[in-house]
Amino acid sequence: MTEPGFLDIISFGADGWGPALAAGAWMTILIAIAGFVIGGVIGTFGAWAKISGGPIVRRCAETYTTVLRGIPDLLVIYLFYFGGSAVVTAIGQLFGAEGFVSFPGFIAGALAVGITSGAQQTEVYRGAFRAVHPGELEAATACGMGRLLKFRRITAPLTLRYALPGLGNVWQVVLKESALVSVTGVVELLRQAQIGAGSTSRPFDFFFIAAMIYLAISTVSGLVLQATERRFSRGVRRG
Amino acid sequence: MDIKFALETFWSLLAALPLTLELAATSIALGSVLALGLALARLSGILALDLFARTYVFLFRGTPLLVQIFLIYYGLSQFPAVRHSIFWPLLREPYWCAVLALMLNTAAYASEIIRGGLISVPHGQVEAARACGMGRFMIFRRIVMPQALRQALPGYGNEMISMVKATSLASIITLMEITGVAAKLISESYRVIEVFVVAGFIYLAINFALTRLVAFAEHRLNPQLRAPLAISAQLKGEAH
Repeated sequence: MTEPGFLDIISFGADGWGPALAAGAWMTILIAIAGFVIGGVIGTFGAWAKISGGPIVRRCAETYTTVLRGIPDLLVIYLFYFGGSAVVTAIGQLFGAEGFVSFPGFIAGALAVGITSGAQQTEVYRGAFRAVHPGELEAATACGMGRLLKFRRITAPLTLRYALPGLGNVWQVVLKESALVSVTGVVELLRQAQIGAGSTSRPFDFFFIAAMIYLAISTVSGLVLQATERRFSRGVRRG
Repeated sequence: MDIKFALETFWSLLAALPLTLELAATSIALGSVLALGLALARLSGILALDLFARTYVFLFRGTPLLVQIFLIYYGLSQFPAVRHSIFWPLLREPYWCAVLALMLNTAAYASEIIRGGLISVPHGQVEAARACGMGRFMIFRRIVMPQALRQALPGYGNEMISMVKATSLASIITLMEITGVAAKLISESYRVIEVFVVAGFIYLAINFALTRLVAFAEHRLNPQLRAPLAISAQLKGEAH
């Protein structure tokens, strides 16, 4: 057998790893999106808790963001992966199942990434809300808008506009964090590269390709974000 | 929660603390030197250096750290030239591969922080220093550096914290630092919560200490923020 070249590895041909790597990249994007959305929901509630919650709620949100920003993400992934399995096994035994039941890695990974990014998004939304001019909220109240209407028409769109640059950063972090989900056995981009490296003994080629794909995804999403930012700040005069 | 087990876990994890601290300290120290070099390259006005530094930062910030670690630890061994070079005794060791990856990674982030600090120094001050007849190096040492350091310190503190967290990835290439030991304990005992709480507590303690240290350094480096205290001390001195 001849040694496969670099181009053979990335090709979509018979011996190529192209389709596998593309599927891995797709899985990476799915994990990142799931984690980002979960983090967005948590972040919204977290910011609400910090801005207008009572002392206890606020303290809870404070503890959550401090803890999640102070411990490694890998540890959180282990917690959800092994912890989830322990819970599922316990439930399984309750219903008479035998032995160890493993928790789906995708859900564990998405939850772990979501909870870490939720802590970052809490701070992003909180900061963005502070940038909303109080006069605008006052004007809305003066116009007779109710709480919900005011939130939907004034607070949410303005906060989102100010939050976009920060959310862009969080997205990039989430994308890179999704690589850690490979430790749970989910076949995303990095895991696929590991598999390829193992079966062809060309680790450098595979990890290099993986790095380039990550770079491509983050560059493209960076461009999309820039366009979104421009769209959301129509009507804002610049410099 | 089983207190006895948690205590045992605490002692076994504490044994792994030196390795975590060593990884973080070595890579932050080496990375900061490289970061300063990169920041200066970007500000040098020499196109080739500028482009190099830009590409470097783009590559290392755009890819996951774990991929960088794998690329160095597993990837470099693919090349016979590397295996036969004088660096092989180092690159064969997971410890040095982890340090190398962490260092190269932090340099990319830190160089942007340092660059921000350097360009925050008002140009008038540099001009004034030049008017006083200071040389380039002296201007850097006496005017630019101290102020840039002050400006960059809060951002650099954040970067150091993410480095402490990043050392956990070394466990994936077999290094038994805190996360590595924690993962081993979890798979032996299946007691996820206890191990997680204890390990999380240790990381939080490190990072808390680190933020206090940075705050202390900030306090020391910003005499103008301590002015009221100094004045009151002076007034007291005059009263005597």
